[in-house]
Amino acid sequence: MGDKVITTEGLTKKFGDFTAVDNITFDVEKGEIFGFLGANGAGKTTAMRMLCGLSIPSGGKATVAGYDVYRQTEKIKENIGYMSQKFSLYEDLTVIENINFFGGIYKIPSNLIKKKSDEVIEKLGLQPHAKKLVGSIPLGWKQKLAFSVAILHEPGLVFLDEPTGGVDPVARRQFWDLIYEAAERGITVFITTHYMDEAEYCDRISIMVDGRIDALGSPTALKKQFSSDNMDEVFYRLARGAKRTE
Amino acid sequence: MESIVVNGISKWYGKEKLVALKNVSFTVNHGEIFGIIGPDGAGKTSLFRILTTLLLADEGSATVEGKDVVKQYKQIRNEIGYMPGRFSLYQDLTVKENLTFFATIFNTTIKENYHLIKDIYVQLEPFNDRRAGKLSGGMKQKLALCCALIHKPTVLFLDEPTTGVDPVSRKEFWEMLGKLKEQGITILVSTPYMDEASKCDRIALIQNGSILATDTPNAIRQSFDLMLYKAKSHNTALLLKDIRHYSKNLYAYAFGEHVHITFKAGEIDIEELKMNLIERKHHDIILEPDDATIEDCFIQMLRA
Repeated sequence: MGDKVITTEGLTKKFGDFTAVDNITFDVEKGEIFGFLGANGAGKTTAMRMLCGLSIPSGGKATVAGYDVYRQTEKIKENIGYMSQKFSLYEDLTVIENINFFGGIYKIPSNLIKKKSDEVIEKLGLQPHAKKLVGSIPLGWKQKLAFSVAILHEPGLVFLDEPTGGVDPVARRQFWDLIYEAAERGITVFITTHYMDEAEYCDRISIMVDGRIDALGSPTALKKQFSSDNMDEVFYRLARGAKRTE
Repeated sequence: MESIVVNGISKWYGKEKLVALKNVSFTVNHGEIFGIIGPDGAGKTSLFRILTTLLLADEGSATVEGKDVVKQYKQIRNEIGYMPGRFSLYQDLTVKENLTFFATIFNTTIKENYHLIKDIYVQLEPFNDRRAGKLSGGMKQKLALCCALIHKPTVLFLDEPTTGVDPVSRKEFWEMLGKLKEQGITILVSTPYMDEASKCDRIALIQNGSILATDTPNAIRQSFDLMLYKAKSHNTALLLKDIRHYSKNLYAYAFGEHVHITFKAGEIDIEELKMNLIERKHHDIILEPDDATIEDCFIQMLRA
């Protein structure tokens, strides 16, 4: 085990006679940026829900941050960060209120929340917006704030579900600067994206097809394995063979 | 002849007058696929709602097929197809019921215009009796497109049809649009994905409610007036840091497996940069000129 933040062995989830996640086995190392790719409906969300302790597997084994996905789901939730494009912050709370709220949820002492809140606001250059409703600040900033809030409690691992969808190209790259910074501090990053250029920024990538992990490796290794010039091509080759359409 | 003419449209919201669109003008020709390309919050949906007669502009005017979006809104509604960004079909009606419903309100039948939707509908037909709310994302998208097409519109408005869709399905969707174009339908489509620009005949790049450029994708790429190099070494993250450290006269950013470096001609000596990187212990260095993509152009315009 040692420095493995996620371990899975034959992890499976069935809904009735439909196998959403089919016997997947992989590990994620500490401090790694791990890209979790796949077409819509390939089973990414179901797999992620199991790893976050939100859905009990039908079979197989998995640990996240050292905790078991069957019996220690509450422990998992305390020790991970999570951010998705669809929901991350309360739009009708201000920037500061959001930070305080999530800090409280993760049981950070209030004097420390204040300190961290100042740090985040300064680092992101959000001073002029600190008292504005989150719903009124530009998306690029919102996403950077959501990420900072997701790692406010310094989790060992953060799950990012399509964090950069719809974000402009400059803000998207600034977002990745934050990811790299977090990874350098030892926070493991587990990320899904539909931008294939972002797949290149990951240390390793897995590609899911019909509930299975059909490819796993560094971007360079995968391009070599599938004799492709870029990740786009690798993805097409694998996902085109998919039998199911979501 | 022009299919859509937009003339100095502005729109703001609420007491604080938050600006959604600032003096937007462009023209879409008949039979063209015209892309509105920009991130979330750029004003794309406000623009679509104004052109589909669902929202009034605060300034400016627009026509669709020669008809004014304010005075002749009823005629426009009969002629256009609109697929909003958010799924807007009846979740508790089946696939077939939804399609029949939309055909009926436009006084037509599925049979009459079947040829238009055939290619897309064949993939949906196995699910004819399934409720729309129970369809997968990709199937919902196909059904919404069929419903927008069933009355044989002359102009099709597609607001972010591929957002959140995986690269394979996105490619298939653009192939469908290509076939609709062959049928002579004018298509105005918005997207946050810069790589979809090349599928359009012409594009407008939009940010913060303003149009940054309007032209063919090629012409926009060719108007890029900086030097652009792509770089690679054994360690991309470190390479990016070291290149940025080398000079303030260049702008470097990650671009897939490469780093892109842009600068004004004559301000950077590439050979010297290469020597510098070798001194900093980079190996397997690639440093060569490259052509700007739409994304490079967009980044440059955001910085200007």
